[in-house]
Amino acid sequence: MINYLLTEEQEMIRDLCRQITDEKIRPVAAELDKTEEFPWEIMKVMAKSDLFGLYIDEKYGGMGGGILELSIATEEFSKGCGGIAICYAASALGTLPILILGSEEQKQKYIPDLAAGKHLAAFGITEPAAGSDASAMQTTAVKKGDKYILNGTKHFITNGGEAEIYTVVAMTDKSKGSRGASIFIVEKGTPGFTFGKKEDKLGIRASATNELNFVDCEIPAENLLGKEGQGFIGAMRVFDKSRPGIGAQAVGIAQGALDHAIRYARERKQFGKSISSFQGIQFMLADMATQVEAARALVYASAREVDSGVTKNYGMHSAMSKLYASDVAMKVTTDAVQIFGGYGYMKEYPVEKYMRDAKITQIYEGTNQIQRSIIALGLIKEAAGS
Amino acid sequence: MNIIVCIKQVPDTTQVKIDPKTNTLIREGVESIINPFDMYAIEEGVRLKEKFGGKVIAITMGPPQAEAALREAISLGCDDGILVSDRAFAGSDTLATSYTLAMAVKKIETFDIIICGKQASDGDTAQVGPGIAAHLNIPQVTYVKHIKEADEEAITVERMTEEGSEILRSPLPCLITVVKEINEPRIPSLKGKMKAKKAELTCWKAIDIDCDDERLGLNGSPTQVVRIFTPPPRAQGEILEGDPQETTSKLVEMLKDSIQ
Repeated sequence: MINYLLTEEQEMIRDLCRQITDEKIRPVAAELDKTEEFPWEIMKVMAKSDLFGLYIDEKYGGMGGGILELSIATEEFSKGCGGIAICYAASALGTLPILILGSEEQKQKYIPDLAAGKHLAAFGITEPAAGSDASAMQTTAVKKGDKYILNGTKHFITNGGEAEIYTVVAMTDKSKGSRGASIFIVEKGTPGFTFGKKEDKLGIRASATNELNFVDCEIPAENLLGKEGQGFIGAMRVFDKSRPGIGAQAVGIAQGALDHAIRYARERKQFGKSISSFQGIQFMLADMATQVEAARALVYASAREVDSGVTKNYGMHSAMSKLYASDVAMKVTTDAVQIFGGYGYMKEYPVEKYMRDAKITQIYEGTNQIQRSIIALGLIKEAAGS
Repeated sequence: MNIIVCIKQVPDTTQVKIDPKTNTLIREGVESIINPFDMYAIEEGVRLKEKFGGKVIAITMGPPQAEAALREAISLGCDDGILVSDRAFAGSDTLATSYTLAMAVKKIETFDIIICGKQASDGDTAQVGPGIAAHLNIPQVTYVKHIKEADEEAITVERMTEEGSEILRSPLPCLITVVKEINEPRIPSLKGKMKAKKAELTCWKAIDIDCDDERLGLNGSPTQVVRIFTPPPRAQGEILEGDPQETTSKLVEMLKDSIQ
C-alpha cells in the first residue's frame, strides 16, 4: 500500500480495525453470509472500541475525526466482510442527516448514543417506485398541530429493523416536487412504524435490508430536520459526504479478494510450478493491485477534501471515488475468482463471496450511472463558471 | 481493590524459528507481543477493577523496549505501567526474576491481588508467579479458571487440576496465576490506545527497589543451562496384533522387561 502519510491516530484506527477484522470478523464472515444473522456481537465490539464516533465531534461524544477516519475503518472491516462493514457504515449514513441538518437540541438528544454505538441508525429514502428518481417518492408527512403524520413505504433500507434511529425522507408538499421533501427522525417503536420483509440478497448478506412501513405514524413536529422542503438538498449533501465510505467499502472488498488471490497464486501448483510464476497470473495480479491502489488514492483524496471544508463542490469528486472504487471492486473480485479457477467458484473458498459483495457497491448510494450524471453535471457547471 | 498484573514481553511464537545450530531462538525480525497467558491476567485484572473499583498496575521486568508491552496493557484498561529494567537484571533465571519482581511489588504500597499468566510462552516454566508469592510470603493459587467471589477480605476461585478442578478460598492479599479458560481478552478501545500512547510510565532500576544485589541477574540465578536441544519427534509406537489373551500376556512381558 502507498504511504498516504496518515496521522498517528489514523494509523491507530487502522490497526485497531484490522485487529477486529482478523479476530472477530473473518472467523464468522462465511457463516453469517449463510445464515444472514445480524452481527450484533461485532457491532458491540466496534462500539466498545469507540469506532462508531470516529467522524463525530468530541462534544457529542465522538472522536473528532472525519470521513477519512470513517473510510479507513470501513475499508479495514470490508477486507474481512463487506456485509458486516456496511452494518457499521450504514449507521453513519443514518446519522449524517442529523449532523448536517439537525438543530443543537436534536444533536444533543440523538448523537451521543449513536457516537457510542449504543444505537444504530439507518437512512430511509428509497421506495419501490423511487430509486434513482427520488422525486417520485410517495411517502408523505402531513403536519397536524405539533405532530407530523407519516404514511408510505420505504424499501431496501440497510440496517432496517436493527437500527433504533431512522432518518426518513418524506414529501411534505407534493405540489413542489423535489422541493417539497423533508427529512424526519423516527424512532423504532413509534406507533404506526413497522418493518416489512427482510430481503434475501446476492451479497452483503450479514447486513439487514428491510422495508419500513408507516401507517398514520405520528411523530413530534420537532423531529423535522432543518426546514420543510430541505429534504432533497439535504439528502444530496448527505450522499456527497457518505460516498467515500462506499468507495472505502469497495476498496476493502477488492483488497480482501486480492490478498486471497496472491496467497492462492503462490500456493497453487500446476505444470509443476506455483501459478504465481506464470506471467499470465502475474499480469493479472499487477493490474488488480494497481487498480485497487488507484481507487484507494481517489477515495482518500476525496474523503480529505470532504473533511477539509475548503471546497464546496466536493460532491462530484466523492461521486468519482464511489464510481471508480466500486467498478474496481467488481473487476478485481471477478479476477480473483478467475485466479482461483474452479475453486474460486465454490463456496468452500472465500473469493466468490467477495465477488457477490462487490456488486452492490455499483448500485447503492446512487447507481454508478447516477454517479456519472453527478460528475458530468459538475463538469458542465464548472465549465459554465458557476 | 488494587490489582497488580505481572506481564512479560515475548517473541510472537507464531513466527518463531529455532536456529538449528545453536538451538536458540532467532529473535531478529520477530515481533514482540505480550505473553498470551498474560493477556488473560490483564483482562481479569481490569474486570475486577470494573466490578470493585480501584486500580490495575501492570508491571514487567525486561529491557527498555518492554515498554511497548506496558503501553498495550494500558490500552486494555490498566491504569499504570511500571518497567523494572536494569543491566544488573540481565541473565536472571526464574528465581532472580521472581525475587526482583517481588521487591518491586513491595515498593507499590498497597495491593489486594497479584495476577500472572500461568506461564510464559517462551520459557514455559510457570515458576515466576509462584516465586513472587513465595518471596512476598503471601498465599498463591495457580491455574485459576474462574473467580467465583471476591470481597475486600478474601477471594474464592476455581483452579484447574489434571483430574478436574478445585474450589479454593484465599485471604487477600494473594497471588493467582490464570489459564486461558478464565475469560476472553477484550480488544482495546481507541481512547485506550490514545491514552496508552501518552501515558507516563514509571521506570525502576535496581537502586530504586530495596533489593540484595547478590540475588539479582546472573549472580542470583542458580539455574545452569547445560544444553538446549530440539527433542526428536516421538518414535512410532508398537502395535500388538493378535487375540486379546495373547496380546495381553505379551504386553505384560514387555512392561516387566522395561522395568528391569
